[in-house]
Amino acid sequence: MKPFVPERISLASGAGGRAMRNLVESIFLNGVTSPPGAVGADAMDDGAAIPLGNQWLVMTTDSYVVKPLFFPGGDIGRLAICGTVNDLAMMGATNVLGLTCGIIIEEGFARSDLERIQASLQAACAEAGVHVVTGDTKVMARGELDGVVLNTAGVALCERVVRDCTLQPGDRLVVTGTVGDHGMAIAALRADVGIEGDLRSDVAPLRSLIAAVLNAVGEGVTAMKDPTRGGVASALFEMAQKSGVSLLLDGPAVPIRHPVRATAELLGIEPLHVANEGKALIGVRPEALETVLAVLRAHPLGRDAAVIGVVTSGRPGEIVLDTGMGKRLLHEPEGEPLPRIC
Amino acid sequence: MPDATERLEFRNRDQALRLSERLAQVVARIGRPLAVMHVCGTHEQAIARFGLRGLLPADLDVVMGPGCPVCVTDQPEVDEGVALVRQGVRLATYADMLRVPGTAGSLADARAAGGKIDVVYSIVQAVELARRSTEEIVFFATGFETTAVTTAAVLSGPVPPNFSVLSAHKYIPPAMEIIAETPGCRMEGFLAAGHAATITGWGVFEPFVARHKLPVVVAGFEPLDILAGLIALCEAILAGRQEVINCFPRCVSRDGNRVALDALWRVFRPIGGRWRGIAHVPDGNLRLRDTFSHVDARSRFTIDLASLWEFAPPSLTAACICGDILAGRLTPVDCALFGNRCTPSDPVGACMVSTEGSCRIWHDYGGRNRSGETL
Repeated sequence: MKPFVPERISLASGAGGRAMRNLVESIFLNGVTSPPGAVGADAMDDGAAIPLGNQWLVMTTDSYVVKPLFFPGGDIGRLAICGTVNDLAMMGATNVLGLTCGIIIEEGFARSDLERIQASLQAACAEAGVHVVTGDTKVMARGELDGVVLNTAGVALCERVVRDCTLQPGDRLVVTGTVGDHGMAIAALRADVGIEGDLRSDVAPLRSLIAAVLNAVGEGVTAMKDPTRGGVASALFEMAQKSGVSLLLDGPAVPIRHPVRATAELLGIEPLHVANEGKALIGVRPEALETVLAVLRAHPLGRDAAVIGVVTSGRPGEIVLDTGMGKRLLHEPEGEPLPRIC
Repeated sequence: MPDATERLEFRNRDQALRLSERLAQVVARIGRPLAVMHVCGTHEQAIARFGLRGLLPADLDVVMGPGCPVCVTDQPEVDEGVALVRQGVRLATYADMLRVPGTAGSLADARAAGGKIDVVYSIVQAVELARRSTEEIVFFATGFETTAVTTAAVLSGPVPPNFSVLSAHKYIPPAMEIIAETPGCRMEGFLAAGHAATITGWGVFEPFVARHKLPVVVAGFEPLDILAGLIALCEAILAGRQEVINCFPRCVSRDGNRVALDALWRVFRPIGGRWRGIAHVPDGNLRLRDTFSHVDARSRFTIDLASLWEFAPPSLTAACICGDILAGRLTPVDCALFGNRCTPSDPVGACMVSTEGSCRIWHDYGGRNRSGETL
């Protein structure tokens, strides 16, 4: 059946779930071609990989429209650097050559806020060990956009590309830390319901964490993806579907911080459906599992790493969640997670 | 003291397994297949979300009734909201309502076409919106008595002059009567919603039990609440006892929340009306009393429903069996549209829209997955 795309684009089409994939597949990938031997746009991976001698040149780009611009744990500047660095890392490309940064500003935007965003962006670059090497600036009339929009792109090199479509039955699924922190911090702010508690975005650059894992086990890592928009559920769905495998998740093993879990209950939002900005999902061969966990947990960004499931050869693309009481399907988020009436 | 979410005693796995053994014993003693109905989407949500269907005995059919306020909101009510938006009025509502299909599309369609619709978590946010604005703000109020009391509480106090309410609130006890009176109803007992009973009190079900000779158990929403409630219900069926049993005493009293009830009936009056897919439900809809006509969007605006008449109802709705599902006669997998022509991204029936709807829940969580059957 043809993927459903509504006559007029709704917010759901940008939320990272099924609706967005339908939009990209039926409109933007229509007639798209890729260079020979490359991982191109049609792969819908975290980035593209183009053969270059005996290496791979990996490219990725992302635009950032977060509201509010400043949130506990980060801001749009830090997000713009980490998002692109992490997309490169998920392809196995941790040797980052350079980043670009484009910014579109609404007329009337405060200079002090721009300075704050730029300082944060620079700090994130230093933390990640990367450089913004070129950029672009535009200003649009008031009302023509909301505040500020950032776009970053990144270029990196690697010897081996890690895909998101190469999970194999028997692989263990590892998450590098707690789940749902970024999305729930933002959801609580947007809901404006005065939730108090330690809700903070996890936005962080994963370059050194992923480099350490890949150096330690190499091909013991079979697949990677960062669970950003659409959350862990959406990322796992893509991985399972593209790999033609089924996943069995151990619900109680998924690390979720208590304030995140409590807020999720209160707002009626599934923590597995909201964004993370400093986490990775890694498919690991069983023989490499212990090393991967040890390496992750020795790194400040991987302390809470956990094994959350196993890859099986059941129905392709199906994710079964064992709640501890029974099993059920984990569904792919449709669009923006929305609160319920009661 | 540990964080509350670290002490989720009502989700204790070992106790859940023990309760499921106990439930199996009671059902085995009844010695025949039986069906009971819950009337709350939150119950279905919890059953699906925690994977409890796998713990239920095969002879016990736990059916979801008309327990989703979004699902039973009828097309004309959605149309009123859509018509107001098309007339340029700014509407605030709960997220669940956005995609419910009306005659001429949903509120989400109206928004994508340029209409002004704000999603709010509570009526309080809608009032805030009105305070900060000079525009007319209409709050499209949906939900059962649990939510209606929040509308009543806010309307009992001062509200900005540019604020009004379009009430599509519903009252669940009359709908239980309709189900029980349906010829051939196979339900032998009802699981009533704990949160609604927190407001109404469990006493509200006593006349129902007396009239229909069926037991009613008030149950909460955690896994152990639901299992314990089903045990109590099956024990009552086994013993032939017709009574109201309160399995949610940590929240529910006999008389309920009197302050909330006073506000509810001061602001609202029950009137008969169609529930989508079910029937005309006498006293099933809550409308604002005349004394509140100044905040009633139906008095304040001329809602131009005629402007929608040129649009025929979506052709697929004829094949939709939401009504039979809401009445507990059929299940989502009995529907030819389920999962192919009717999905959460492109719903035909209201039951596929809301996260409280049974079709949506079965679509998302895998439905009746008894252990070994589908998973």
